[in-house]
Amino acid sequence: MNQSLDIKSLRHQLDSKQGKEFWRSLEELGDNPEFQEYLHKEFPRQAAPLESAVDRRGFLKFLGASLALAGLTACARPLSAAEKVVPYVRQPEEIIPGRPLFFASAISQGGYAEGVLVESHQGRPTKIEGNPDHPASLGKTSAVTQASILGLYDPDRSRSVLQQGSESTWEAFTQAAATALEESGDGTGIRLVTEPITSPTLASQIRAFLAEYPQATWHQLDSFGTAGIYAGTELAFGQPLMPTYNLAEADVIVSFDADFMGDYPGKLRYSVDASSRRRIRNADDGMSRMYVFESTPSIAGAIADHRVPARPSTIIEVMAQIAIGLGIPLGAVPVRTDASVDQSIIDAAIADLDANRGSSAIFVGQYLPPEAQAIAHGINDWLGNVGSTVEYRQPPEGRPVETDELDTLVSAMQADEVTALFMLDVNPVHTAPAGLGFTEALARVPLKAHIGLYADETAQSSDWHVPLAHYLETWGDARAYDGTTTITQPLINPFYGGFSGSQVLAALLGNTEASSYRLLADYWQARVEGQFSSFWRESVYQGIVPGTQSPVESVEATWQSAPVAQLSDLVVNFRPDPSIGDGRWANNGWLQEVPNPFTKLVWDNAALVSAATAEEYGLSNGDVVTISTDSLEIEAPAWILPGQAAGVITLHLGYGREFAGRVGSDIGFNPNRVRPGSAWTAAATMSKTGTTYQLVSTQMHHALEGTGDQRHIVRRGTLEEFQAEPEHPGFVHPVPHHESDLFPDYEYNSYKWGMVIDMNVCTGCNACVVACQSENNIPIVGKDQVAVGREMQWLRIDNYYSGSIDNPEYYHQPMLCQHCEKAPCEPVCPVGATVHDHEGLNVMVYNRCVGTRYCSNNCPFKVRRFNYLQYAELSDTATELSMASNPDVTVRSRGVMEKCTYCTQRISSARITASNENRTIRDGEVITACQAACPTNAIVFGDLNNPDSEIVNHKASPLNYTLFEELNLYARTSYVARVHNRNPEAGEA
Amino acid sequence: MASRSPRPRDKETNRVIRPGYTYAVVDDVVNEPVLRTPLGTPKWWFGAMAVALAGLAMFLATVVYLIVTGIGIFGNNMPVAWALPIVNFVWWIGIGHAGTLISAALLLFRQPWRTSINRFAEAMTIFAVICAGLYPILHLGRPWVFYWLVPYPNTHGLFPQFRSPLDWDLFAIGTYMSVSIAFWFVGLIPDLATLRNSAKSRIGKIFYGILSLGWHGSSKNWQRYMRAYLLLAAISFPLVLSVHSTIAMDFAVSQLPGWNNTIMPPYFVAGAVFAGFAMVLILAIPLRKLFNLEGLITMRHLDNAAKLMLGTGMIVVYGYFIELFFAWYSGVEVERFMAVNRMFGDYGWAFWALIFCNLVAIQPLWLTRVRQTPWMLFVISVLVSIGMWLERFVIFIVSLTRDFLPSSWGNYSTTLYDWTLFIGSLGLFFTLFLVFIRLLPSIATTEVKELVHHDLHQGHDYFEDIRAREAGLEVR
Repeated sequence: MNQSLDIKSLRHQLDSKQGKEFWRSLEELGDNPEFQEYLHKEFPRQAAPLESAVDRRGFLKFLGASLALAGLTACARPLSAAEKVVPYVRQPEEIIPGRPLFFASAISQGGYAEGVLVESHQGRPTKIEGNPDHPASLGKTSAVTQASILGLYDPDRSRSVLQQGSESTWEAFTQAAATALEESGDGTGIRLVTEPITSPTLASQIRAFLAEYPQATWHQLDSFGTAGIYAGTELAFGQPLMPTYNLAEADVIVSFDADFMGDYPGKLRYSVDASSRRRIRNADDGMSRMYVFESTPSIAGAIADHRVPARPSTIIEVMAQIAIGLGIPLGAVPVRTDASVDQSIIDAAIADLDANRGSSAIFVGQYLPPEAQAIAHGINDWLGNVGSTVEYRQPPEGRPVETDELDTLVSAMQADEVTALFMLDVNPVHTAPAGLGFTEALARVPLKAHIGLYADETAQSSDWHVPLAHYLETWGDARAYDGTTTITQPLINPFYGGFSGSQVLAALLGNTEASSYRLLADYWQARVEGQFSSFWRESVYQGIVPGTQSPVESVEATWQSAPVAQLSDLVVNFRPDPSIGDGRWANNGWLQEVPNPFTKLVWDNAALVSAATAEEYGLSNGDVVTISTDSLEIEAPAWILPGQAAGVITLHLGYGREFAGRVGSDIGFNPNRVRPGSAWTAAATMSKTGTTYQLVSTQMHHALEGTGDQRHIVRRGTLEEFQAEPEHPGFVHPVPHHESDLFPDYEYNSYKWGMVIDMNVCTGCNACVVACQSENNIPIVGKDQVAVGREMQWLRIDNYYSGSIDNPEYYHQPMLCQHCEKAPCEPVCPVGATVHDHEGLNVMVYNRCVGTRYCSNNCPFKVRRFNYLQYAELSDTATELSMASNPDVTVRSRGVMEKCTYCTQRISSARITASNENRTIRDGEVITACQAACPTNAIVFGDLNNPDSEIVNHKASPLNYTLFEELNLYARTSYVARVHNRNPEAGEA
Repeated sequence: MASRSPRPRDKETNRVIRPGYTYAVVDDVVNEPVLRTPLGTPKWWFGAMAVALAGLAMFLATVVYLIVTGIGIFGNNMPVAWALPIVNFVWWIGIGHAGTLISAALLLFRQPWRTSINRFAEAMTIFAVICAGLYPILHLGRPWVFYWLVPYPNTHGLFPQFRSPLDWDLFAIGTYMSVSIAFWFVGLIPDLATLRNSAKSRIGKIFYGILSLGWHGSSKNWQRYMRAYLLLAAISFPLVLSVHSTIAMDFAVSQLPGWNNTIMPPYFVAGAVFAGFAMVLILAIPLRKLFNLEGLITMRHLDNAAKLMLGTGMIVVYGYFIELFFAWYSGVEVERFMAVNRMFGDYGWAFWALIFCNLVAIQPLWLTRVRQTPWMLFVISVLVSIGMWLERFVIFIVSLTRDFLPSSWGNYSTTLYDWTLFIGSLGLFFTLFLVFIRLLPSIATTEVKELVHHDLHQGHDYFEDIRAREAGLEVR
């Protein structure tokens, strides 16, 4: 009887196959007489075509597809009854088609978790927001986090286990690993290489592995400088500690080459907190004061009151001077060799810090030498900041990473001490400094296994490659910079059959069939008291495991003397790229196309030099130079960056990749090729080659001097000026003007949407730009098209500077559709494709647009973007990347204009919800994508007709202004003028 | 086949028609090239046609590639959303205006000398408008729905947005095209009848017979003809001013510095007449030589055309300088910047080339000797055509490169396809024109015969002598 045919096992059988194998199995199934009889019984009409060979194929394909697809939905395979994912907002029973669900998870950046909420439409994740309950993000995200959704669907991700480049199986890999481990006996010659691991489960597995193989060693490779942080605190306090700051309490912040809002553990949290003290609206609001001494313009420096460009050695000297000025017994004081920093600034900083003991915060860059970092931490202790604005906690990593782990590994490899190398989620062939000789040493290792998201450079040089599962595809856990743990849940089945790090470690420990879920649950079950199921539910639902913050250590500083060496006239700073990090996100098109915050360069890196250095060497933008350190050299195109410290060349890592995928390969140059060692700064020489290279920047003119200032685009003043004229500050209203119109105004009686953007806190980090791109299905166009000015991002961040080119003030001004009540784009469209709605939005009707582009000509802000070619993927050319699309927003074809819509789909969704509940939309129910992402809460959106809404306060501020009022636009988007809280003693700097 | 004009290759005359021309001579001179057998077509015509057809092929190929791929093949970008396609569009439309001015305006102003040049000038207008009219469709992002600019009853329940100057353009160009064709064709009817009567081949007789709509030269025919002709002239005349004013509104209505000027409508109209006469001269000078029409298109015509060119040219130059003055006088920062940028910015070279072509190059036209030397006129006319093209480039494109927000400033460069489309449109124009001069009479014989009538019956051209004396010309 055909009941013996087990559909379930059938399905399972088919599921485990992919590609050709899948269809072959289906064919075999078709030949099976039992199956045929089953079909005849169950589907008598449809089974008839089986008689004819042609129809049979088609039918089987259809049947096979439905059998297989049933297995591909999010809630089928690995998530049996016990593995339920728990949605954040609504229980699973209430799934409504068209309504997304939100699931809490966490992304791990350089090892540290940032809590996220992932929006999922019918089992497909499409958008990432921050998790408001997570202390590391407080609901905010960075540009990289926003773009990670695209990485999930990347068609270039590796899809199968590879052995020497040919397809293999998981079983074959685990077999080979087992053999190597067995041969090693006690682990001699076995090396495990990972990035800094904060995952408690994985860390415990690694510890178990090291216990079983005592001679094996574990190396953590640090791409973001955290090893430096631990080296610094260890020198200062005797043990490696993670500094965690409470900037909401800080009245004075001093940063020594630390981009604590852009590139530091906890950067999102610090952005939220620091900005909360700078959000000035009225003259009697207090404002913190920020001093940033930096060698290259940074995110934190962008909003500083005093931003001082200085080379790293000078910064250390300044730090030492400040320490001594505060009375710290530093011992030998280095003589100031560099007079570029005005003494008055140093004195002002000393005075401010002295007056704010206990409410100040000192940051020090993780890329400075540990001795220098130790001094800074010591200053924190001296000022009594420890316990109020800063606390030093135990490291969240399983084992804090040390500065020389890569060096030790390479030495062992070169000495032929390594027999098997397991590289988990690292790409040292690309990221290792050339001076260490990793690639050459790698060739000497008999068994090289790489587990990663892509078959990258390291995979190409390895014997084995195992595909890693993306964080959105697998169970796991991770800790934030302050130790808060998140149990991360998957949003979708592994797309390409990837394995998690835990599964790999389990396999190394002998269990090749483990599921990530089981491993995780087992780990936590052993450590949780009380009801495990309610613990699990709570933690997964909320996105944090309560009570897991790292304990605070009490500290007492010991004093080092300041390192003195000025390396040479010219130094190179090696820094992770703000968009693509150490290269791991190189294949992410959004991140390649998002402009660098200061240079606005896309799709390339450059040797960033100051104007003074450029003049000395006779360089213009695009001139190719040869940079040499010791015995290494590289050619790179130069770019002049106002505000860069003289004598410092900044090289952003991550570029020059060979096997990144279709998007990320062969772009830019790899600075690691000229990096002599693990240090982040190196002495260098530079010479012009005489050739040029086309660097593409999205903004051609940055200086405000002259016509820029006369157009009153960026209005700014000092706190004194504001306090002198609190009602009507002169710098906000330079020219008396009254918007005037002969026609009576339209009465906006329902919702009246508006937006305020605060230039006091916008750091130019690009989180909003990528969030908008993700939410609104905005295509990327590639370097050649950006070169002719056709980038498609609806939101751009205009970057201006004022003052001298060597020491400018930077301003970031997010520019998006201003939704003018009297929009100049509307009367000029011949077909009425852009119209105004009764709530104040300027609405773009894609279907009606014929593409005359008159609207763009008449827009004074040039915020309208046009699809000159078919940039978006259409259904017949779509790749997996289309799955990241937001189904609530149309995908535009070529020939139509598009622009910011104030996230009209979110407004619409809120309106429907409110109307179903018979009420009006409440303040805070509609959050635009850009507003949600912004780590400094620079963007506020709301209903101007609601007197209780937050935005009404912002609009009422005397600092509020709109651009080009004289054009009678009545723009709904306005800006808050920048107020500099300068120390009056600080002179001109 | 030898011409039957009385004194072939005689020295040039500055009378309106060469003395001694009779009705028959006029017919012969004008219709002789048209009535030749296909194999009798002059060799230069085949050569010119080959070049023109090559241009046409380039045009068609570009159009196909454009529609399949998208307007991204051009150099347009943000902020320069309107670039070469619009420059070329306005350039072509401008050229057409001379024809209508000669036909309609000069008729109503009773200028008899218009009769030798009005026919081919009107043809030039029609072909220029065809070339121009294609551009607003081709420059659209989605050209297949261009008809949404037309108010037609549709299931969307939507009409175009009439406040937009682009929609006004539709009506302007549409009426311009239809009225010009009507006027041109009505004027052609008696001449086509003449051809029908003179045609030797059967095909010729049938072709011209159908086209002449049964004209048999009765008084009734003539009465209706004159009335219709005058009426159409009266309708066409305002078009000389309104069409290019409407095109100018595309720019004047916007708020972009450099575009937002009230002087645009009269300035553009003057520029159109200027460019149009330049093209008339570019066509007339070779044509009269190649078809032995020096007796009908005389020094007088060249002289008058040159004077009109000079006059309208000076109006245009006034426009340049007054624009710059008002930009400064307004005190508005963005306008002042625009003025300085126009002269000394990245595209300053275009402005100074423009000044050379449109101001310096036309100054020799003050001299009679220059006005009556055909090759000099030809060179100046070519320079003027280039200058008028540069004017559109400077006004439209350079203004867009530097608008309100410095962050959105961006430069523009053309691509290969911008040029293939433009050169291709020249190919289209010359193909049509070459076909026209081969198949249809390029001079309005009917109207010229009116002058002959005066000459024969007054013994000399009564009006001619008065005017010659007024102009201080020696009558020869």
